[in-house]
Amino acid sequence: MSSKKEKKEKRSRVARTASFVDDRLGMAKFARTALRKVFPDHWSFLLGELALYSFIVLLLTGVYLTFFFDPSQAEAVYEGKYEALNGVPMTRAYKSALELSFDVRAGLVMRQIHHWAAVVFVAAMVVHLARVFFTGAFRRPREINWIVGVTLLLLGIGNGFAGYSLLDDQLSGTGLRIAYSIVLSIPLIGTWITSLLFGGEFPGPDIIERLYVIHILLVPAIIIGLLAAHLAMVVRQKHTQFTGPHRREDNVVGERVWPTYAVKALGVLFITTGVLAALGGLAQINPIWIYGPFDPAEVSSASQPDWYVGWLDGALRVMPAWELRAFGFELPNPFFPGVLLPSVTFGLMYAWPFLEARWTKDRDDHHLLDRPRDRPVRTAFGVATLAFYIVLFMGGASDVLATTFGLSVNQLIWAIRVSLLLVPIAAGLIALRLCRDLAARDVEPPEEPSHHAPRGDDLDGTGADQPTNGDRGSTLETDPVLVREALESKIQ
Amino acid sequence: MKQVGPGDEAPATRGAYIGVVLALSLSIVAGLALAVVYSLGGQPQLEGLLLAVSLLGIGVGMVIWAKRFLPNDEVEEERHPLASEPEEVADVAREVARGEEAIGSRRLIVGLIAGGLGALGLALLFPVRSLGPRPGRGLFRTEMAEGRRLVTAEKKPVRPDDVPISGVLTVWPEGHEEAADSSTLLIRVEDESLFREGVKRAWTVGPVVAYSKLCTHTGCPVGLYQAEEHLLLCPCHQSTFEVLAGARPIFGPATRALPQLPMGVDEDGFLVAKGDFEHPVGPGFWNRSR
Repeated sequence: MSSKKEKKEKRSRVARTASFVDDRLGMAKFARTALRKVFPDHWSFLLGELALYSFIVLLLTGVYLTFFFDPSQAEAVYEGKYEALNGVPMTRAYKSALELSFDVRAGLVMRQIHHWAAVVFVAAMVVHLARVFFTGAFRRPREINWIVGVTLLLLGIGNGFAGYSLLDDQLSGTGLRIAYSIVLSIPLIGTWITSLLFGGEFPGPDIIERLYVIHILLVPAIIIGLLAAHLAMVVRQKHTQFTGPHRREDNVVGERVWPTYAVKALGVLFITTGVLAALGGLAQINPIWIYGPFDPAEVSSASQPDWYVGWLDGALRVMPAWELRAFGFELPNPFFPGVLLPSVTFGLMYAWPFLEARWTKDRDDHHLLDRPRDRPVRTAFGVATLAFYIVLFMGGASDVLATTFGLSVNQLIWAIRVSLLLVPIAAGLIALRLCRDLAARDVEPPEEPSHHAPRGDDLDGTGADQPTNGDRGSTLETDPVLVREALESKIQ
Repeated sequence: MKQVGPGDEAPATRGAYIGVVLALSLSIVAGLALAVVYSLGGQPQLEGLLLAVSLLGIGVGMVIWAKRFLPNDEVEEERHPLASEPEEVADVAREVARGEEAIGSRRLIVGLIAGGLGALGLALLFPVRSLGPRPGRGLFRTEMAEGRRLVTAEKKPVRPDDVPISGVLTVWPEGHEEAADSSTLLIRVEDESLFREGVKRAWTVGPVVAYSKLCTHTGCPVGLYQAEEHLLLCPCHQSTFEVLAGARPIFGPATRALPQLPMGVDEDGFLVAKGDFEHPVGPGFWNRSR
């Protein structure tokens, strides 16, 4: 009896706190909606969550690192536990990074978890973006959130680069020099931007202090703001869902947030953090003590950036030796792979939802997701694009690949240049073929005209639970067959 | 909101229960062990591993718990059209128009406010200018100048014979050993008769020729010398320069030869610059005139 009474008292304490808040802010309605919110369940919806959780790890470990790191280009001499660099003159940035790694207890683990979290953060964003792309989740009404998402990817890549450029080791200095030269190649304003950003000609007296403010304050603040908007839009518009029993354009079927979904999500947060901790402890990453302090006159071979900049480095390598020159002005070679290519890449990404809507003439709301096979042209285009950047990424490792396979770098670069044209086309055609074959297999029974694809709403191919048009009862819905026919006619 | 069916989760078994208990217990042990490892002096691998176990224990425990023991019924929520009702939109339009009328009646004031904000925006651009110097002639020249000795990183002047045969030596103008744009490669070939068109013979000293060390592509130091083929290689993007032919690029993305340094010897027999490089060194920029 007494334990029951205790329990009752406890519950009433929670209730009292709740009522204290509600009396003053009136939160009950909001809380009810929030706790009852429905989320559809699919493994691929977890990818964005992974990015979010990696970002949380980045914030926590990053704050810890700022307590020890000194982003200063002033000269210093290291005296600490890492004997190989004792007495070597270096900047305070590099020195404090060394101390953080060797002389601060738990410092190295924190640094390596931070770096691994950055690697996973960008990777999760890219895979999440691919999921959104291939399932058509970017279509109306979610174009704004697509734009926010692409911006987050851009910021993530930029801040990752800024982060590992702070340490002032040989590798990061080389990366900064290449970044400097890319910006320098911009017509008219390139010389001004580099001078203002670096505080003068390379290496510049101020770049590390400035990158530090950008890396730990400016960009994270923008990311947090956009992330909040990204999630708020998901809540407002409700999550998309795959087709299936009971799932229609005008509903969302899934689990309520409270309690199962919340506990699961929290569990995934801990698992993500745990995996990052294991990587940070067991898998060495960015061993700056091996690279040594930055010396502008030196460079090590096999200088590879973090993976998410690899495609850019590859583009710089495979670019033929062209430059434009007219009226005494020049458009330097790095402009094409370093400025033009990323601009076109991200420009296309930003514009994609609108381009596709224009192309398919499909301007309706979509809350049911496509399977990749149901949109062969989009899927083929996406696969070809991914193939293009994977080949570029391989180009970024040309020297390592050449050494590993005993080829000459020249042969390899030529192979990559040719692959850059052929592999995306081949990958796209294979994807197109696969989509068609898979879609054709779905058509059962074959009463429908043979060149027609399956109905977009019967995606498991069983014909079970096929909602009638009346059941769908939605004016928002487009007819998948019409859209499909439009697409097919484009191909043929 | 209505229930549309039970989830397809696995049942709550005794095995699952033991799994949750084990995972959470392991997490507690790992957390405590982490504290011990830290106080004993710390060890990065162990720290990472124990932190991982303690986090994974909680995470795995929570996920199994949620999947097996918490309610996982599927419910359906209606989706409502996102766009506002036409009356609401009309209301907003009316409200905006009401304000606009009041504001628009004083055109001069509105114009002046716009002007003031524009001027303020322009004024706020000027502090940006303080971030760095005007990109003046700095990009066009280095610290190389007539009569300056070429010295090594240890600030030692160099005689032609100090350059190893078939080898390279990095030098700077004396007194400017920190100048990143002035680093120069001295290359000594086997015989000066090997020099071909493209090498300015008046600027070589016997078999020693001097080129800017900065790659003309993105400015990395052209650090690798393949003595047999007389090729300089940039490790960043594999641009390759032919030393015997004026360091012209023969492979990779670089479009321009490495600028040659006018070089001579002073009365003490040390190598000196006879002036700045013939062209701006390093990566290209829009108004770099050849």
